[in-house]
Amino acid sequence: MSLRVLVGCKRVIDYAVKIRVRPDKMGVVTDGVKHSMNPFDEIAIEEAVRLKEKKIAKEVIAVSCGPTQAQETIRTALAMGADRGIHVEIPAKEMEKLEPLHVSKILAKLAEKEGAELLIVGKQAIDDDSNATAQMTAALLEWPQATFASKIEKTDGTLLVVREVDGGLETIKVKLPAVVSADLRLNEPRYATLPNIMKAKKKKIVKMKPADLGVDTTAHFEVVEVCDPPSREAGIKVEDVDALVSKLKEAGRI
Amino acid sequence: MAAAGGVVRTGLVRFPIFSLGACASRRYLNSRLLCTRAGTRLCNHQVAPQIDRAMGFRPAPLTLLSEDEMMMKETVSKFASEKIAPLVSKMDAESNIDESVRKGMFDNGFMAVEIEEKYGGCGSTFFVANLVVEELAKVDASVSVMCDIQNTLVNTLFRKLGTEEQKNMYLPKLATEYTGSFCLSEAESGSDAFSMKTTAIKDGSNFVINGSKMWISSAPHSGVFLVMANANPAVGYKGITCFLVDAGTPGLSIGKKEDKLGLRASNTCTVHFESVVVPEENILGQFGQGYKYAIEMLNEGRIGIGAQMVGLAQGCLDATVPYILQRKQFGKRLFDFQAMQHAVAYLATEIEAARLLVYNSARLKEAGQPFIKQAAMAKLYSSEVATRVTSKCIELMGGVGFTKDYPVEKFYRDCKIGTIYEGTSHIQLNTIAKLIEKDYNCTM
Repeated sequence: MSLRVLVGCKRVIDYAVKIRVRPDKMGVVTDGVKHSMNPFDEIAIEEAVRLKEKKIAKEVIAVSCGPTQAQETIRTALAMGADRGIHVEIPAKEMEKLEPLHVSKILAKLAEKEGAELLIVGKQAIDDDSNATAQMTAALLEWPQATFASKIEKTDGTLLVVREVDGGLETIKVKLPAVVSADLRLNEPRYATLPNIMKAKKKKIVKMKPADLGVDTTAHFEVVEVCDPPSREAGIKVEDVDALVSKLKEAGRI
Repeated sequence: MAAAGGVVRTGLVRFPIFSLGACASRRYLNSRLLCTRAGTRLCNHQVAPQIDRAMGFRPAPLTLLSEDEMMMKETVSKFASEKIAPLVSKMDAESNIDESVRKGMFDNGFMAVEIEEKYGGCGSTFFVANLVVEELAKVDASVSVMCDIQNTLVNTLFRKLGTEEQKNMYLPKLATEYTGSFCLSEAESGSDAFSMKTTAIKDGSNFVINGSKMWISSAPHSGVFLVMANANPAVGYKGITCFLVDAGTPGLSIGKKEDKLGLRASNTCTVHFESVVVPEENILGQFGQGYKYAIEMLNEGRIGIGAQMVGLAQGCLDATVPYILQRKQFGKRLFDFQAMQHAVAYLATEIEAARLLVYNSARLKEAGQPFIKQAAMAKLYSSEVATRVTSKCIELMGGVGFTKDYPVEKFYRDCKIGTIYEGTSHIQLNTIAKLIEKDYNCTM
């Protein structure tokens, strides 16, 4: 039983970049800033490619929602081993207002359209830290979900997934088709080798708009303000426990 | 390494047909009209280039890379910062490139940028090869030189001169398995390469090679040696022929590693040939043409060294500026002092200029345009910029710059060979001067 796997990958500001708030305090500076694939999505792509190498998957499709530059992200996925790409075009200005619910609707529609049996995404994007897309997509599709996956095994028509939860590790069995979200320790993504980057140029990327999938991208949220976290202040040393308790009381902490 | 050079007037050296620049005086124009295109001496001086709009030629900034080039560059950058950077000090101290790095270079295709896909390579361009070398040099110049020699000297020699059989035998291995070593210099012949003493005497359908080569990079790990030996000493340098000698051939032995100031992780050894027998099929290219091949390859290879030096200088500056942006003295950041700002601005300008020379000579070569003068300028200038930048960066860092805890002292040590190998600065100046003479020289 060979699966068709759909993998979502998001173009985000590179993890190594120092984020700066825009002067208008409505977002962060993105112009001229280095962007790359969300690290958790790299892990998702890697897992899908490994499933293909183990002959558990027959095709890996990489999807990205975003402006023209999202194609670079898809190309990286192709260079890592995905077979083809789908670029859902969202103009740069609308990108700021795109919400996990919109993406979930898009992914759900694409999963149906492409006949995917497994959808893997990163557990969260490092820009908005929503951790919602996988869960909402599963709900929309009425598929089971296995989130924060740190290990995936296939057994007959089900997946055995080890999840990283607060209390430790939880192993669950999910029936296919299913949605999985990739956590950090699922795998170590490969580098896109230079020969594979060249080969990826021949792989197809199909373009479409959210409207083509019948998805409305009207915003439900409005960003009121974006500001820096308060700068860290120096700590103080206290002589003994009594002084500590009185200081804490003073600060209104207890 | 090969310290050689010299311009040889042969039909293979292409003369510039036109060069960019303002149109000069009438005297030059007249004399240009007197020269014929058919002659080997062309009066090429100062003719405005024809921009052929029909061909869609669009001048673009030199530092503007195509999407593909950006992707390749970023991949190398990622690998270098994640997999090579943590091992740099260790490799320098142990005088060895770590096995994981060597393997990673091959697995990721860095050693086979221009090799065609059918032989297991990337099928990419000369410019991308230079980008790879530059990105690697920002992290470690030794790893970069290993990559540069393979791509711009060894692979190119096989691709241009190899028979289909030789290509099928060696290119896949060079792409995925082992380095090749380019053996030109000897103890008694560096810049004066053609006075080499290594001989290859015909014996039936074989050649017997005797001699010693010096300054051979990657020798202990190479699978094949490209040996320039004189197969007909009676005719002087016109007897120099390129022989392929596999590692492990009886009579071939690797001498001890040189204990060097810099590029320590790159193994540099003497290689001895004691009655090494090779069949005549192992001649690469044509008999007696070795001297030409060496010159041609080095003309291109020095663009790669230019790229290495630019990357090295940039890596050094990248390690220095963040430090002086945060270190404070007299209540101010070091960078707040105007003298520091001026120093950094000047270094950055020099690196940018060197980079443009390197990029332009690479683009000229790819465009099939004459590039030898620009390539020599690129290597000359970037290696000298590297010495100035690294030296200054140690000063800007202060006391810590002088310790091994910070990376700048390694950049300082590594850069020094830049003005020496693949044609010393003086050889480059000779080359440039000879080509300038041609530019101005008309048959009048």
